[in-house]
Amino acid sequence: MPTKPDTGDPVLQVDDLKIHFALRGSGLARLLGRDTGTVKAVDGVNLDLERGEVLGLVGESGSGKTTLGRAMLGLVPATGSIRHHPGDGSPTTDIAGLRGAALRHRRTRLQMVFQDPHAALNPSMDIETAVGHPLVIHKRASGADLRARVVAALERVGLAPAEQFLGKYPSDLSGGQKQRAVIARAIILDPEVLIADEPVSMLDMSVRAKILQLMLDLKDQLGLTYVYITHDLATAKFFCDRVAIMYLGRVVEIGPTEEIFANPRHPYTQALLRAIPDMDPNTPFARDLPRGEIPDAARPPRGCSFHPRCPLATATCGWEPRDLKALVEEHWTRVPVAQYEREHALVGGLADLDHSEGRAVVTPRGGTVADVEAMFDRIRTENSAEPLWRGVASTTATAEGLVFEFVPSDEVLLRASGPSEVACVLYPPEGAAAHT
Amino acid sequence: MSETVIDATGLRIWYGTPRGPVRAVDGVSFSVGRGEILGLVGESGCGKSTLGRGLLGLLPEGARMDGRLDFQGEDLLAMSAKERFTRRGRDLAMIFQEPLTRLNPLMRISEHFTETLRTHHPKMSPAEIETRSLDVLRLIGIPPSRWKAYPHEFSGGMRQRLMIALALVLRPAFVVADEPTTALDVLVEAQIIKLLHDLRENFDTSLLLITHNLGIIAEACDRVAVMYAGKIVEIGDARTVFADPRHPYTRELLRSTITLATDGLHSIPGAPPDLVSPPSGCHFHPRCPDAMTVCPLRQPAMLSRDGRPVGVGTNDVACWAANPAGLSESERAPLAREELSVADEA
Repeated sequence: MPTKPDTGDPVLQVDDLKIHFALRGSGLARLLGRDTGTVKAVDGVNLDLERGEVLGLVGESGSGKTTLGRAMLGLVPATGSIRHHPGDGSPTTDIAGLRGAALRHRRTRLQMVFQDPHAALNPSMDIETAVGHPLVIHKRASGADLRARVVAALERVGLAPAEQFLGKYPSDLSGGQKQRAVIARAIILDPEVLIADEPVSMLDMSVRAKILQLMLDLKDQLGLTYVYITHDLATAKFFCDRVAIMYLGRVVEIGPTEEIFANPRHPYTQALLRAIPDMDPNTPFARDLPRGEIPDAARPPRGCSFHPRCPLATATCGWEPRDLKALVEEHWTRVPVAQYEREHALVGGLADLDHSEGRAVVTPRGGTVADVEAMFDRIRTENSAEPLWRGVASTTATAEGLVFEFVPSDEVLLRASGPSEVACVLYPPEGAAAHT
Repeated sequence: MSETVIDATGLRIWYGTPRGPVRAVDGVSFSVGRGEILGLVGESGCGKSTLGRGLLGLLPEGARMDGRLDFQGEDLLAMSAKERFTRRGRDLAMIFQEPLTRLNPLMRISEHFTETLRTHHPKMSPAEIETRSLDVLRLIGIPPSRWKAYPHEFSGGMRQRLMIALALVLRPAFVVADEPTTALDVLVEAQIIKLLHDLRENFDTSLLLITHNLGIIAEACDRVAVMYAGKIVEIGDARTVFADPRHPYTRELLRSTITLATDGLHSIPGAPPDLVSPPSGCHFHPRCPDAMTVCPLRQPAMLSRDGRPVGVGTNDVACWAANPAGLSESERAPLAREELSVADEA
């Protein structure tokens, strides 16, 4: 298992990094210059990557972990800064501001290992050409020197004897061998940082351990620093010195690996750990899993992005009208058909709730406000422990319909909590009392 | 678990290729009882997906199948193609891996269900179709207010729920789920596994759950079959097999899986064989740490753990080292092997 070096020597410093993608929208909206919305893939991330460490970026799909990893190589345009302090003493630069030749030159120090080895190698390029390609692109070697360096890189990743592999094509290799070739290509320029995006998730169980072992060996031999992007907490636990848990474009918890796994603080981290299928058939599986799925990044929830799924959510977590709609829909999966039909006729599909903020109005379609009130009373008594009700400040019957006012949300920032940092209202700034 | 729904004996499936036949499934026997979940686990290329599709008769052009495959007492392989076709969907169903590619983006959810039910029950009235579909959707956690929605309006996990509901709406007795959670996130995966595990309470369905994830097997399955190079090498009660694996492949696979408890990396040397020309004798012998002289020479028979012939519902294993009785001293000697070069490794 890797050990973290003494800190204070960051190789990459990420500050307030934001990566927003504009949505295309309809042709008419673009013609009229309307705002079609943005997807905030990464929304304000601060990270230091210490020289020689393995930093894990862990999250579900859509959490922004891959986008963040790519931004560290300047592969996606970002705002904020990513300062690179090269180990060879050359000057510090901000990768986020680099373009063209300067960026390409910088990439000789920072390399990427992609997820799918079948797609990362050109099927019509033999292994010698593919692995040596970075040297040719950067004009570092040619002729006999090029071949010698390709052979050395292949042997280093365990593709030995290398002569046997030089003329082969990707289709001749197994998945694990292809991933070894991809790693050989990434190390051939002698980089200092490798960003590995799910390097083993496409491989079979019996092969994963071999590739991870190879990466650990290379780290020791070549003094590499890794960013390990994964959705798999089990490999992250084994492989990383520090882990950052990401959710919807933000880091919600970051800390030393042992601390994250021994004392997970954020409810999302706790849920992730509970959800991992256990190999022991005698332990029953977790029944109290968070409902729902990662929300749409184009319209992230108010307050803490995790609040609609969080079992520990408080009044100030950012409850809003669409959460109410989700609750009613969930209720409809449990009631008899006749009741659903009555209630659906009364309030309709509740589509308005998707677009209102702070205040929800449920207008009766085929009944009175009192009927609507009775319906929500039923839903509330059905499960009074539902966290959403904590976030409802008031419910008033008006001529318009039944009006729900929601409690304003607290700001959630990453704050120190023990050896970790966590973004959750349950962990208020040191000295202040927790909300209950 | 008295009633047997699926009973396969000596099932073989092979594909013709220019290099010769690929023996994807090579003499496999197992049974699945009513309401039982059998997990089928193995690495990619071991034939587990082929077996799952073969059970439904969904093999591609150029594939051949023989052996015996009894479904509720009738041999499916002896039936005409037309008879098998009528069973598919109604009695035997499949849940596929990628829900987005299996749902028609131009059809509403209601139309998907109508099409499925109409195909098998041409006389069913629209009202009955709706009631029956909504009943299933509700159990699977999809609100009835989404009945007229299109597939793109659902999230990934919801789409997989829709696929499960579409398979179950015909109340099949047997369902094959091929890697139903591979494309999903950890939390959603856990939700779907829980859903599949709870299915038998509501539907009395037998399930063959194909996966490469041993954790899922441990959580959701009653029994487990471990496949290697086209053969089932160990089958039995999931708890027993995980607690005390008898086949070296099962044992090594469990050891090489990285879990939260992992503190050292372990891997199986070598790579799974090419199924055009698999190794002689026991297919696992070139990678097996327990290999004996007899292993490359003769194929081990499937025997129960205590060495008796197999019976339904027992824990069976096909390995000489697990059942060495009857072998001579020389046959038991450790197999002398050349060192594997790293190049042969995966």
